[in-house]
Amino acid sequence: MFIQTVLLAALDGLSYGAQVFLVAVGLSLIFGVLRIVNVAHGSLYAIGAYVTATFGLFIAAAGWSPWLTFPAMALSACLVGIIVGGALEVSLLRRIYGQEQVLQLLLTFAVFMILEDLQKAVWGVTPFFVNTPLSLLGTANILGINYSIYQLVVVPLVAVIVLVSLRYILRHTRIGRIVTAVADDRETSAAMGVDATRVYLLTFMTGASLAAFGGALASGATSLVPGMGAGMIILSFAVAATAGLGRIEGAAVAALMIGLGRSIAVYIAPEFDAVVPYLIMFVVLLFKPKGLFSVPQTRKV
Amino acid sequence: MRPELLIGMVAAAALAMVPVLAPWTAVMLTIALAVGLTVLGIVVLLRAGQISFGHGLYYAAGAYTVAFLVNARLSLDALILIPVGGLVATLIAVACGFFVVRYRDIFFAMINLSMSMVAFSLLEKLYHITGGGDGMNVARPTLAGVRFGRIAFEAWMFHLTLATTALAAFLVSRYLASPLGKALEAVKNNETRLEYLGVSSNRVLHIAYAISAALAGVSGAIIAIVNGHVSPEFAYWVRSGEFVFISILGGAGNVLGAFAGSVVFEVIRNYAAAFAADYWQTILGLSLIAIILFAPDGLSQLRFRRKKRAPP
Repeated sequence: MFIQTVLLAALDGLSYGAQVFLVAVGLSLIFGVLRIVNVAHGSLYAIGAYVTATFGLFIAAAGWSPWLTFPAMALSACLVGIIVGGALEVSLLRRIYGQEQVLQLLLTFAVFMILEDLQKAVWGVTPFFVNTPLSLLGTANILGINYSIYQLVVVPLVAVIVLVSLRYILRHTRIGRIVTAVADDRETSAAMGVDATRVYLLTFMTGASLAAFGGALASGATSLVPGMGAGMIILSFAVAATAGLGRIEGAAVAALMIGLGRSIAVYIAPEFDAVVPYLIMFVVLLFKPKGLFSVPQTRKV
Repeated sequence: MRPELLIGMVAAAALAMVPVLAPWTAVMLTIALAVGLTVLGIVVLLRAGQISFGHGLYYAAGAYTVAFLVNARLSLDALILIPVGGLVATLIAVACGFFVVRYRDIFFAMINLSMSMVAFSLLEKLYHITGGGDGMNVARPTLAGVRFGRIAFEAWMFHLTLATTALAAFLVSRYLASPLGKALEAVKNNETRLEYLGVSSNRVLHIAYAISAALAGVSGAIIAIVNGHVSPEFAYWVRSGEFVFISILGGAGNVLGAFAGSVVFEVIRNYAAAFAADYWQTILGLSLIAIILFAPDGLSQLRFRRKKRAPP
């Protein structure tokens, strides 16, 4: 019985950590390049979830194959990232690069407030639940526990794919070098002929898409309620800070730590599940003030 | 300092008349002034270039202290409850401060945020102690030994709050003008130089942090008494964000601005809620964006590191 509890906690933590990772890595990417902590990131996560759920309902209503739900997830994530994220960057963020951090934080906070209302206006306040992905894939039996394959395989797999491809793109491709160069020194890169404005826009869209993708995956496993974005932004902040802001592999480790810590708490001391992520962050920052994977004096993406 | 003092006195005198002329605004103004105290705390930290996205923690600490004391049936007077609320918040801030003041900028904001979220979760989860998400009711205490009816109590609480804020505004402006307060600007502008002068910037920040928490605690205590109810939302990060928002709205870095901002905010909130119940957040968000993008002069008090100076 004990083993099963531990296993269940580990599986929950893995699946949850993978979702948080997607959101946190988007946040880290945006911070690493644009130097902005995007408070509205949580709203993008929530909107990604709602758009996916809407697509899911539409697919069901139109009588199409329910398997289309999966491509719909990726599609909605990209749409939200490109349309909402793009609009945000072009209309607002672009005007405040390099300004005081207080103003940047507050601007994105204002966007968060507006998006939160918009969300309620479009999707209402009643919980949304589209469980097509869960029921399509069924469950697997591990050591006597039935666990949904969606949460066991699909969600973590997507996270791993994102992690590996982000790493590969940033380290080994021309695009990645350009992004790293712009992150390091925007002015010099611009002087060398890099279109830094476009790099910023694309990075923000990518980061926003990742948040929306996290939401899209969440929509397959949990019910969507107003306020879900607010909870997630704080959690992904905690992950990004634990990892060291702007550190991508770090975000994966921290997301896993926090996901596992939280799900273990759910089974052992359910009153404290919401506290655990912050305690982990607190303890880490106590010993490593800039986060687990911080590198002194350098800026890395 | 002189003109500010004069404006402050005129404003306070004008406000003192308001409940007589328009009694229905008394509660709204009391809340606005009390919130202004927390915002004043944010303003103190802004002098050092730091923002706390978690001052809801100290606000809630003051409020819940009052709630616990009242529910413990000790029959304490409001004149005792309010300072005790401030004191508890200060003690928490002094303890947490040892950790918090080692951080700057984003990390400072986020450490505060995470601490307030821990408080928020605990307040919500430990329902047998704190009443959980429903919060706790706070019975109306005596004021200066007298048990007032509702209307009279509201009027007297307004005057008490006005007096408290006036005193706090005066003391904080004295503090900001003192060498210790001036050192805060040095934390923002050039910490290394401050350290070379033999002043510990962490200590300077620690004191400012305790002062700002004391203000937030008093503010929360007043709100608990006026509202007659406390809830975990007090420690929620969106609430803390509102405090920062108000400080910018009021022309950040300015003692009187804190109160002007919070009165404007409370009015917007009340009337926006009446006109467009579901969209008052949007209205606030849009006004915040407008301030940041189009009224940079209104933010002239915010002189942070990044500001580029013209070459001499």
